[in-house]
Amino acid sequence: MNIQACYAVFLREILILKRRLKRQIAGMTVSPLLYMIAFGYAMGDAVRFDGHTYLEFLVPGLVAMASMTQSFGIATDINVARFYWFIFEEFQAAPISNAAYVSGEVLAGMTRGLLAICVILAIGLGFGVVLDYGPLFWLAILLNSFVFASLAVGLAMLVKSHADQSLLTNFVITPMAFLGGTFFPVQRLPEWAGTLVKLLPLTHASAAIRATAFGHSPPAMAYLVLLATGVVFFWLALHAVNQARD
Amino acid sequence: MISVRGLKKYYAKTEALAGIDLEVAAGELFAYLGPNGAGKTTTIRILTGLTRLSAGQASLNGHDIEKQPLAAKRQCGLVPQQINLDSELTVGENLDIHGRIFGMPQALRRQRTARLLDYVELAERRDSLVKQLSGGLKRRLMIARALLHNPRILFLDEPTVGLDPGIRRRIWALVKRIQKDGTTIFLTTHYIEEAEFLADRVAFIDRGRIVAVDSPAALMGRMGSWAIDQVGDQGMQTSYFKSREEARSMAAGQETEFTLRRVNLEDAFLALTGKRVK
Repeated sequence: MNIQACYAVFLREILILKRRLKRQIAGMTVSPLLYMIAFGYAMGDAVRFDGHTYLEFLVPGLVAMASMTQSFGIATDINVARFYWFIFEEFQAAPISNAAYVSGEVLAGMTRGLLAICVILAIGLGFGVVLDYGPLFWLAILLNSFVFASLAVGLAMLVKSHADQSLLTNFVITPMAFLGGTFFPVQRLPEWAGTLVKLLPLTHASAAIRATAFGHSPPAMAYLVLLATGVVFFWLALHAVNQARD
Repeated sequence: MISVRGLKKYYAKTEALAGIDLEVAAGELFAYLGPNGAGKTTTIRILTGLTRLSAGQASLNGHDIEKQPLAAKRQCGLVPQQINLDSELTVGENLDIHGRIFGMPQALRRQRTARLLDYVELAERRDSLVKQLSGGLKRRLMIARALLHNPRILFLDEPTVGLDPGIRRRIWALVKRIQKDGTTIFLTTHYIEEAEFLADRVAFIDRGRIVAVDSPAALMGRMGSWAIDQVGDQGMQTSYFKSREEARSMAAGQETEFTLRRVNLEDAFLALTGKRVK
């Protein structure tokens, strides 16, 4: 893989992110702020899980969700570059490998995810939520971002229009955001539903992120599942790049 | 420099290219002339790696585009028909990203960027956002970007489409200069005067087939040198003559209005395909 080409793909996305930074941060702030006000702050101490307030329970869930949605958001940027600005053709006509292109875009997606996490932690701090943000907390976030940025790049190569991309987000990402342990403990679901949601990578990310944030030992299986899923999605993305040619 | 044999392309059951054969020599400016939908852009897209071929083979400077795609891509620069610049980045940033993609070291990127911005007369706009540039400036920037990595072959897909005549002529002058500096140029156009002015050789393409390849003078010479257009009951009718005198003597006996003009490439295209280029 050509590291310089990979860095060029990454750098392009970061320069664009930098130009839109204020708008981007404002956009990343709205949803978590509303969730914290509506579900966390307003509920106060009325709901508690394992000795934690709902707000404390919610913040790691929002972190998991945002690392998914924001990393997956790179798909939108790729699609805009592909269908409206035709910039993707610049990469197609260049002597770079699929690995360099996919790696650059995945890294850019992960960077967006990390930026969104910092915004959420800052908002959480404003609500008085301070949890344990150790290395395993960040490792789970990185793996979750890797999973969804890789999925995003692969799907962005396969879709035929920007509308298709919106459909995928509605059918894949939005249900996962609500069912993947973000807003409630999946243990409270009926057994069959609990089994189903355990198939979702976000469920494992939420479990690992919440456990580490609460100072508990995270489930090793969660990290393994995220790593394996990420590797599979990345591999699929590598092959999907060829499908983007006519 | 460019070698194409039996190139075919199908989109589902539609045949976009029906077996193209062509050879372009090093340093040549080769124009591909045909109406919209003839297969011009499809040919360029295949040669530059944007579209897969269905059959046949092609090579750029000896590198097969299917078997050695990365080596083939290193030989060429592409100016596509649509503006495909990053409008939220500056002129300099667009060039820098391109140079990095092509593996150029920093010192070379800086040197070539400065030189090419001078070359296309954009040096003062280096820090401007691309979205602040006019259409003509964007097109010049795209040419600079395509030349940044010093390609042996430059593909220009309808480089002046949508530009006003003054800017079009500036682009033509730039293209001529690029050829003079040793770059092989493959240009698609549906502007007759563009092909006539720029090209060493012209290929007429119609419905995915090349119907003629020759120098503009030779293609036009097949029809004669002068033409008379007359509008009659059956629409526009054109007659061709070897000399101006011959045309004038024929026109002298006419009662209807006529226009005497030089033969152009469109006449040759019309004679070969039965249709106009535009």
